[in-house]
Parts: sequence; structure tokens; C-alpha cells
Amino acid sequence: MASLSVRSIGRQLRSCRLAASPAQRISRVGGARFVSQSRKLSATPEDDLPGHGFNSEQILSKVKEEAKRVGKSEVEVDAMLSPGAGVLKQATIMDSGSRPIYMDMQATTPLDPRVLDAMMPYYSGLYGNPHSRTHAYGWETEKATEQARDSIAKLIGADSKEIIFTSGATESNNMSVKGVARFYGKTKKHIITTRIEHKCVLDSCRHLQEEGFEVTYLPVQSNGLIDLAELEKAIRPGQTSLVSIMTVNNEIGVIQPMEEIGKLCRKNKVFFHTDAAQAVGKIPVDVNKWNVDLMSISGHKIYGPKGIGACYVRRRPKVRLEPIITGGGQERGLRSGTLAPALVVGMGAAAEIAARDFEFDSAHIKRLSKKLTDGLLSMEHTLLNGDANARYAGCVNISFAYVEGESLLMALKDIALSSGSACTSASLEPSYVLRALGSSDESAHSSIRFGIGRFTSEAEIDYVLKAVQERVSFLRELSPLWEMVQEGIDINSIEWSQH
Amino acid sequence: MSTPNSAAVRSLYRSILRTGHSFANYNFRSHAHRLASHRFHEHAGEKDPAKIKEFYEDGVQNLKLLKRQTIISQMYQSDKLVLEGGNAGQDASGGRLRQRSPQGWD
Repeated sequence: MASLSVRSIGRQLRSCRLAASPAQRISRVGGARFVSQSRKLSATPEDDLPGHGFNSEQILSKVKEEAKRVGKSEVEVDAMLSPGAGVLKQATIMDSGSRPIYMDMQATTPLDPRVLDAMMPYYSGLYGNPHSRTHAYGWETEKATEQARDSIAKLIGADSKEIIFTSGATESNNMSVKGVARFYGKTKKHIITTRIEHKCVLDSCRHLQEEGFEVTYLPVQSNGLIDLAELEKAIRPGQTSLVSIMTVNNEIGVIQPMEEIGKLCRKNKVFFHTDAAQAVGKIPVDVNKWNVDLMSISGHKIYGPKGIGACYVRRRPKVRLEPIITGGGQERGLRSGTLAPALVVGMGAAAEIAARDFEFDSAHIKRLSKKLTDGLLSMEHTLLNGDANARYAGCVNISFAYVEGESLLMALKDIALSSGSACTSASLEPSYVLRALGSSDESAHSSIRFGIGRFTSEAEIDYVLKAVQERVSFLRELSPLWEMVQEGIDINSIEWSQH
Repeated sequence: MSTPNSAAVRSLYRSILRTGHSFANYNFRSHAHRLASHRFHEHAGEKDPAKIKEFYEDGVQNLKLLKRQTIISQMYQSDKLVLEGGNAGQDASGGRLRQRSPQGWD
């Protein structure tokens, strides 16, 4: 009898402690119900029974005091004793947002979760070499890569046999420009490109010049578009092997008249290569309508993974090129090396999503772009670079006169922006693209590119607009030039004395 | 499976919205909301049972995808964006509670 009453007292004591236990209170905060509430007492051994002189709470507080004395923070002690509690405390510490808003979609785009979902199986279980023909591991990855090839071909209106996977648009550009020029190099020693091409095309041309080729760098008009009459004049029948002109410019977003250029090239029997890294999935692309012979595509500009790209190489009429990478003869012998199934599948999924969500995404981007452009151009002394109509809406390049672009970028630390191509963002030189448009050094220096994409939200645009308006006017207030402009002095009329 | 009724479709819509809101990444979260509401409203007047069934099954697949990807997003969290709320967990635009308890389902 006596022992029974002792047990019942113990139970009462326990239930009293339970009602007041902090664990119980925490689990009710915010109305969150946990899957399994771990009762404090059922988890601890019977040490806490009175009379034994042993209490885990006391020991815990002693440990904490000791830890504080030797200089460990309380959070770390919590994390050591109970990982859950420690992590929760950490979570509240890192709770203030400090990550900049991403507005540099021309440099790269975030990997779409739907793309990652398609890629995951090829990083966890399906690891076969897609070129292995003797077993199922190879067959399953080969099937997946062929499906991806189909999706990419469909997006640009091509046949799946015409898609060659590469490591990215840079490799595709190198392969196309150098490959065609070298293959036909014995008879045709001339290629044409523009001054606003991406660095990898310009650099490939530079290398070809060293090999003895002649290169014409076409100038562009002040709106960023090429002059078709000028292109026609530059083509030398029987000598020119290739015309390489990008579809959408990466810095100013202008869309070149592809159809007309294609017609002109076909008429003169010149191969037409286009760098469409910024265009595929963002504007309607059709290789047959445009008469494009070679096209470079990038995976990470269409919300796919980095490290993968593709090159469209026309089969009829056949385009022949000298491969840069030789070896096992994969990819029609144009680009040897084992394919990366996960990356290929990711790029295929990205292309499929781009095609399916095309209307929805472009309507969203156009709406945000209009809001941003209108808002920024409503400020005085601002200028939109590039043609106002023939442009991809997701790329907005604006000059803020009397503000130094680099200092504006520094002032806009909470927004991830760029003044131009990521490749040249380390140097302080003004953008060669804007210089080719005829902008002055000052104007090129004060230009900033805003990239809008699928994942940009309206709240982000509002934030960016407010931040840019505030900080441009702040920086202008500091500037003596701005003061003079406000007083009506023409800056160009000033004769600066030498010091 | 027979043609799903409107209650089943509404329930799927709610589940997709709820799951989409648990993306830790702000941009994915807002995109998931935008896309789901667009998709469901786009086909709201659909009468063809075969089409309804097709869209429903597509939605179920998307819900599964969202469940997997939101878990990944929560496992590899980065810091929050500057425009996201602080401790209160409020969206900058609306007053919706954004931050969820990392350990429980509610």
C-alpha cells in the first residue's frame, strides 16, 4: 500500500512539472503542431525523482555557466546538448534579410526547381554512360539525352539530329566560327561579324586573323542594329565563308533583323551563324524561317544548369566544320567526349519549360519591364540604350547622366546589377558595345543593365525603382557637374584647365 | 479514375498553393504562386471531362514535384533577400505569413 501511494505521488509530481514545462509551452507558439511531441519526462531517465539529489536541469545550467566562463556562447552549448534547440536559436539570429535582389539575368539565370527535379535522378542513381551500347545503364541515359535533344530542337524549330551538345555557348561560338572558317579556309579567307558581338566571337575572329583570315567588323547604327546595305556591301562573293551576327545583344538587348540577314546570306551562299544564347526561350526562334546555318545556345541562360550548351548545325544544305575537340567521335564527330546526362537532361527540361510557359513568362517579363523602364526614364537626364522597339524586354540598359556608373553600382549594394557583360565587369573600361553605338565615354560609364526574368517579382521591381531613384538623386546632389547643369551651364562648353 | 469534381480540383489548387508557399527561396515562392494561380484560372471554365482529367493529373504530378523541391529548398537555405521581412516573417507586399516552422507541418 505504502509503495503504491509513493508511486501515485510521483505521478502527480510529474504531471505538475509537465504542465509547467517550457517544452510544452514552446510547442504551442504560433499554433504550430509538431508531428510527435516528445515529452520531457518520457525522454529523460528517472534521475529527476526527488530524494536522489540528481537533477538534469541543474546539471544543464551548471554546464552552461561553465561554458560561459570559458568563453563559449550559449547558442553553441545549446547546439551541443540539443541540436534542435541550437538550430532554432541560430535560425532566429540569421533572420534579417541581407541578400541582394538579383537583377542580372543576362549574366546567368537561377536554376528552375523543375529543372533540378528532372536532373536529380541522373545525379543519384542513373549514372550510365550514354554511349555504352551493351547494357541497360547506357540505354536509359541515352534515351534521356535523346529526349532532351528533341526538346531543344523543338524549341528552335530544328531536327533533333542537328543539335550538338557542347559545354556552353562560348564553345559553340568557337566551334562554329573557327570550324567553318578553317574547313573552307583553303578557298574562302573572309568572315564577317559585328562590333557588338560577345567577346568569345570577337576573340575567335582575332585568332583567325592571326591564321591569315580577313575579318570585317561591321559597325552598328546608334540604335544598335546593323545596316543591311552595309552587310551586303561587305559580303565578297566566293571569298566570304561565314557571317556571324548575334540575335539578341547581351548588353543592350536589341534584336537584329534575323530574317533579312538570313535571306541575304542564303542569296550570296554564305553560311550564317548566330549567337542566340540570349534569345532562345525568350523570343520566338525559328532556324528555318531565319535561314540560320549555325546557332549557339546556352543552358544557364534559360534557367538550366551551367556547364552545358548546344550548337545547331544545319544538315540540309549541309554545313561542314572542322571539329576543335576530337576523340571518340560522339556528337556526329563534331564534339567528342562523353555527354553529361544530368546536364543534358537539365537543359532539355529547361527548353521544354521555356516552350510551355513561353506566353506566361513573356507577358510577365514585358509587364515588369515596362514598369521599370517607364519608372527609370521618368527621371530627368536618363536614356535608354539600344532601339526602343526591336528589343528583348528582359534587358533594360539605361544611362544615368552625371552619375558615375561604378559609384551607382556601389550605392546599389542591395541589388545585384552589372554595367555590362560579366566577362568585362572586372575592368573599369567602358563597355565596347555602348562605344560601338556611338555613346560618349561618360555616357557608357554611367550605364547600368537591369535584367528581368521568370523569377523576378513585382515587389522586387518596386524596390529597385525606389532604390535607384533615391540613390541617383543622392549621388547627383554630391556632384558639382549636376549643380552646373541645374544652373543651366552647358557642360561641353567648359574649358577645363590643366592641373 | 473518373473525372475529378470541382471540390477535388479546388483541393488540389489549395494544396499546390500551400506547398508552393513553403519554398525557402523568395523568387521560387512568388513564381510558384503566380504560375499556379495562372494555370488554374486559365482553365477554370473547362467543360471537357477528358481535358479536366488531363489537367488534374498534370496538377498532381506538379504537386509531387513541388513537395520534393520545397524540401530541397528548405534543406539548402541561403540568407533572405533585402526586401523580405525580418523576424515578423511578413511579405513586403502583403501581410501573409511567409516563414514557416522548420520542424512541423501546419
